[in-house]
Amino acid sequence: MSVLVNKNSKVIVQGFTGSEGSFHAQQMMEYGTNVVGGVTPGKGGSEHLGRPVFNTVAEAVEKAGADTSIIFVPPAFAADAIMEAADAGIKVIITITEGIPTKDMIAVKHYLKDRPEVTMIGPNCPGVMTAGECKVGIMPGFIFTKGKIGIVSKSGTLTYEAVDQLTKAGLGQTTAIGIGGDPIIGTTTKQAVELLMNDPETEGIVMIGEIGGGMEAEAARWIKETGNKKPVVGFIAGQTAPPGRRMGHAGAIVGGADDTAAAKMAIMRECGIHVVDSPAEIGDTMLRVLGGK
Amino acid sequence: MNIHEYQGKEILKKYGVRIQEGIVADTPEEAVAAAEKLTAETGTSWYVIKAQIHAGGRGKGGGVKLAKGIDKVKDIATDIIGMQLITKQTGPEGRKVHKVLVAQDVYYPGVSEPKEYYMSVLLDRATGKNVIIYTTEGGMDIEEVAEAHPEKIHREHIDPAVGLQGFQARKIAFNLGLEGDAQKEMVKFVTALYKAYDETDSAMFEINPVLKTSDNKILAVDAKVTLDENALYRHKDFVALRDFNEEDPLEVEASQNNLNYVKLDGNVGCMVNGAGLAMATMDIIKLSGGEPANFLDVGGGANAQTVEAGFRIILKDPNVKAILINIFGGIVRCDRVANGVVEAYKAIGDIRVPIIVRLQGTNAEEGARIIDESGLKVSSAVLLKDAAARVKEVLATA
Repeated sequence: MSVLVNKNSKVIVQGFTGSEGSFHAQQMMEYGTNVVGGVTPGKGGSEHLGRPVFNTVAEAVEKAGADTSIIFVPPAFAADAIMEAADAGIKVIITITEGIPTKDMIAVKHYLKDRPEVTMIGPNCPGVMTAGECKVGIMPGFIFTKGKIGIVSKSGTLTYEAVDQLTKAGLGQTTAIGIGGDPIIGTTTKQAVELLMNDPETEGIVMIGEIGGGMEAEAARWIKETGNKKPVVGFIAGQTAPPGRRMGHAGAIVGGADDTAAAKMAIMRECGIHVVDSPAEIGDTMLRVLGGK
Repeated sequence: MNIHEYQGKEILKKYGVRIQEGIVADTPEEAVAAAEKLTAETGTSWYVIKAQIHAGGRGKGGGVKLAKGIDKVKDIATDIIGMQLITKQTGPEGRKVHKVLVAQDVYYPGVSEPKEYYMSVLLDRATGKNVIIYTTEGGMDIEEVAEAHPEKIHREHIDPAVGLQGFQARKIAFNLGLEGDAQKEMVKFVTALYKAYDETDSAMFEINPVLKTSDNKILAVDAKVTLDENALYRHKDFVALRDFNEEDPLEVEASQNNLNYVKLDGNVGCMVNGAGLAMATMDIIKLSGGEPANFLDVGGGANAQTVEAGFRIILKDPNVKAILINIFGGIVRCDRVANGVVEAYKAIGDIRVPIIVRLQGTNAEEGARIIDESGLKVSSAVLLKDAAARVKEVLATA
């Protein structure tokens, strides 16, 4: 099963012929991802990395049957690329681009409201990876093994760290979802956890968060309300981060009291999540929790 | 990106937001000239001399003073310019004042009592919409108001499709208890303020206080403006508003090397690829009995140049007793990073603190071998828990 992407996903790369897009498209294909083409406006009709290049996403959907897109378009044009993909009927849109203006993302969020069939992941994220089947992102494929643990994370390299620990503990993975660290993202922690809770192949979930925002608390409460159906191991990065370095004080009011690492970890513990203090203990803790079941 | 009050007010004024008028000055002499000019323009005979630093709480720290007459301006400006202003947001070392804003007195007597309000505009992450937050309790810390009187804080969300509507601006004015001319003035104020926020790609406006004057004008007495750095390419003229005096010199040096560095007060420096892993590494240092001396994200391309730049920055901090390098090589190969560390170490030469290098991912074992065989005072680790144990050992012998 797995979630969001699998071996049947027909993936296109927006920003295909750029250096980032080219490099990662190649890596994705080497992992076995079914990349059916790419989009670079003005270069339609040509070929790149042995795949067709289209002028528009609509054309890629029509001619290559694309249903999933990964976006490497530069920040100034990324919001436009997301909306183009949604309009063309792409169901899963994964935006890797970092540095998109917040105002543009407010518009994107609003645009997607009338399109509930579209799932957007990111921006500023490492993508989505279904172990052994399909990589739509920039995660290093070799650290993954197929298995039964799902991962939801705001951060890139910390996700790799968690996956690597799981693999070394003998625990393979279903799908790793990098939701991204921007103020406005397409899929929240709770939504990503919900996908994995509903996936019959996933037996345990690793949830990795950071300081800022209330998403981890929201996810934790949802997990408890729905009866802790699967064991969840949680970690929040930034226990030692100084408060107030990134957020102005008016922002702290909107964020509420769930903002700090300590507050988030306390809420997660109350909700029955196995919270680790040290990021070095993610893999071992999952092993112990599953073994004790 | 934060900017100064005088810069924020200039932006607001351009969009038709009424402000407390003022002129910025670098020296006491300029401050006097500014005061004379301000009297000619506004008729004011008292002046507020305001230190221009980014941190809040300037008044309590002695950085805002009233000059009751032109003859007082020079002395007050002399006191403030060059002072080390300490506020609750600057930390104990304070911030040196380079400029003052000489502003008109707006609390003059008249037909009604002056009244202060609070207003901010920012993104509400939960809804993905901008929100105007406002309260009648102006001039105070908004955190304190939120704590003591949460019911007095109002929020007005803005629909991204249509923007701020007239009824919303009227609602804000009425909720603040205004009527007559003051109510109409507030509607104009809110409308112009939101337009300014929207069109400048700002990340936050905080106007505290918003003042109703004794003759029923509404104006911004202070302006804390944060611009969205990701949108600066659309506002090239804003780039020049950055004030390097407001930033830690090491942080400036880091940003020039494309490193994301935040200086902290601890004793173990760290260098990591990726922000999340960097924060997690700081947490590991704490759990191992140390305190992180910094946050440093070298980003995706950890090579000899970035590692060397990172080393040089961390080593400038005299509190650093050890350095932990934590690189998860996904696309980056660990053997290259290891060679980069060795090259950087040799290039710098005299490194007196122990260094722990934890490399994981592509070619991790080879990377560890390169470190171990280099003959340098560097120890390697592959697993994160091993790195934590090394940090503990090093601190025990330090």
